[in-house]
Amino acid sequence: MADSADEPREDVHEPGPPPPPDDEVAAAVLAGFPGACFVDSHGQSVVYVGRAQWRDVTAFLRDEQRFTQCVDLTAVDHLVDVERAVPPGVAPERYEVVANFLSYPRNRRLRVICEVPAGEPEVTSIADLYPSLAFAEREVYDLFGIDFTGHRDIARILMPDDWIGHPLRKDDAPARVPVTFKEDPGPR
Amino acid sequence: MSDRVTEPEQVRLEAQTDEGAQELRPLEGEARSRELVLTGGPWPDADDTMILNMGPQHPSTHGVLRIMMELDGETVLRAKPVVGYLHTGMEKTGEELTYVQGATNVTRMDYAAPLSNELVYSMAVERLLDLELPPRATWIRMLLVELNRVSSHLLFQATNGMDLGAVSMMIYGWREREFALRVLETITGLRMNHNFIRPGGVAADLPDGWQEDVLELCDLVERGVNEYNELLSDNPIWRERTVGIGVLTTDEALALGATGPILRSTGFAWDLRRAQPYLAYDDVEFDVIYTQNGDVFDRYQIRLYEILESLKIVRQCVERIPPGDYRVQDRKVTPPPRARIDESMEALIHHFKLFTEGFHVPAGETYVAIESPRGEIGCYLVADGTSKPVRLHIRAPSFYNLQSMDAMVPGGMFADAVAIVSSIDPIMGEVDR
Repeated sequence: MADSADEPREDVHEPGPPPPPDDEVAAAVLAGFPGACFVDSHGQSVVYVGRAQWRDVTAFLRDEQRFTQCVDLTAVDHLVDVERAVPPGVAPERYEVVANFLSYPRNRRLRVICEVPAGEPEVTSIADLYPSLAFAEREVYDLFGIDFTGHRDIARILMPDDWIGHPLRKDDAPARVPVTFKEDPGPR
Repeated sequence: MSDRVTEPEQVRLEAQTDEGAQELRPLEGEARSRELVLTGGPWPDADDTMILNMGPQHPSTHGVLRIMMELDGETVLRAKPVVGYLHTGMEKTGEELTYVQGATNVTRMDYAAPLSNELVYSMAVERLLDLELPPRATWIRMLLVELNRVSSHLLFQATNGMDLGAVSMMIYGWREREFALRVLETITGLRMNHNFIRPGGVAADLPDGWQEDVLELCDLVERGVNEYNELLSDNPIWRERTVGIGVLTTDEALALGATGPILRSTGFAWDLRRAQPYLAYDDVEFDVIYTQNGDVFDRYQIRLYEILESLKIVRQCVERIPPGDYRVQDRKVTPPPRARIDESMEALIHHFKLFTEGFHVPAGETYVAIESPRGEIGCYLVADGTSKPVRLHIRAPSFYNLQSMDAMVPGGMFADAVAIVSSIDPIMGEVDR
């Protein structure tokens, strides 16, 4: 993995500024969950939380902050990143699980990201809090191999049942035959 | 799988559900699924249930969707959609293509509304580049996306009609859709999967005479929509098959992740074009169509009237589209006009760099969402400063909408399951990617 965590870079997001005054949601998350980091990513609020807080933050967003839907849950594999924009205060790991929340009554979005280490690729499932994530967690499990503990039906969804490997991992090469060149026979 | 022994005197049909991830979990209580063995003897007991497999290939044209259903007679007890038959690794492919090429890949996910895919992807790239587009580019995009909404909803009318038995509806829907695709062809060059909306703007300006073509299309489609309304909406057979079928409440829809016409049919008037406007939607007048009952009939009506609303937007585009550039003039992002390549060395170099290496997007991540004909389509893009994305994920509305089957199909009859799946309007290209 690139040593992106070691030296500060100019192109990384602003080092953990406080949330903008009108983003009381991010402020509430930071207040309620110590260790969470806030970043303003091109005008969008993003909160980084630890794996231990993942489920609690989600429950907090659903029950107290009125985030009606989790519109998207996905993961990212940062194994071969050339540059990585991780705010200070967040220990970068190989995988990130990313959830995008939408609050209809408040008409706002929040993104919550959680770092998942390569050696222990698992996160608590939030599909019982947001039933719409039943498929999404299965997809992340299928394509990345990240286990969602507590998911009642974790199984492959897109790949065939007997597939070996997790295709969206960066080190899972599609079945490629390396091209070999015979000796150049010379001009004809 | 079971071992099938065919004895010469008897034909044995066995159905089992032992298929790993596709297995239906056993129900509590009395009802249990059993093997259906058809021999010369008497039929099995009437109160046993049956597991039926529908798809992945079936005449109801919703792509390769497979539904495992447990039936008690005609009543569906449980239904489990099994997807993945159209998975081609488009997100993995997206990591191997440059940002310039990305639109060609993304456009093929929701192949009924390809311009929506291209738009959401381009918007995500532009957000990461902090790029602002000239107004004509945004209006051209809005015009195209609304024409695409028209053609996608016409596809729905056609397939929905045929699924419910109104076979002539199929032909009428395709006929109007042909007009729309013809207009899209004159503008973009292709009938489908246009690769026209690209990061930086659109690929080319609108052709001469487009206003007449588009206005003629509006008239033709409007006449067609009125025909469908007359044919179906008061038709007692149609109403019997759709009114009160597959009722979904707002709470169920929100919990199961449904967006778009499905959510709007439950009485919840949420449309991203109105709630979180993008392009120039806050500058045009249109109504958000929603209904109260949440049944199949409502979803049909919503999509029918949304065609008319889109035509309203299209007419406003024709009148008010501003002049100017159709794409950003930043040569680091958009290629120079072809004629310039002969004249200027810089133009030649820019062209070369863009089409071989592509432009670099600074490290960052973003999620952009727009309203596609099926609901909220989002693009989650992670960049690392190179010319290819680290992660390109499309939040496909049909992937989430399919889960609303869980609340609608069980308890109804098998024939209604066909109507309900049709009213969800899934496109398997975006479900599976």
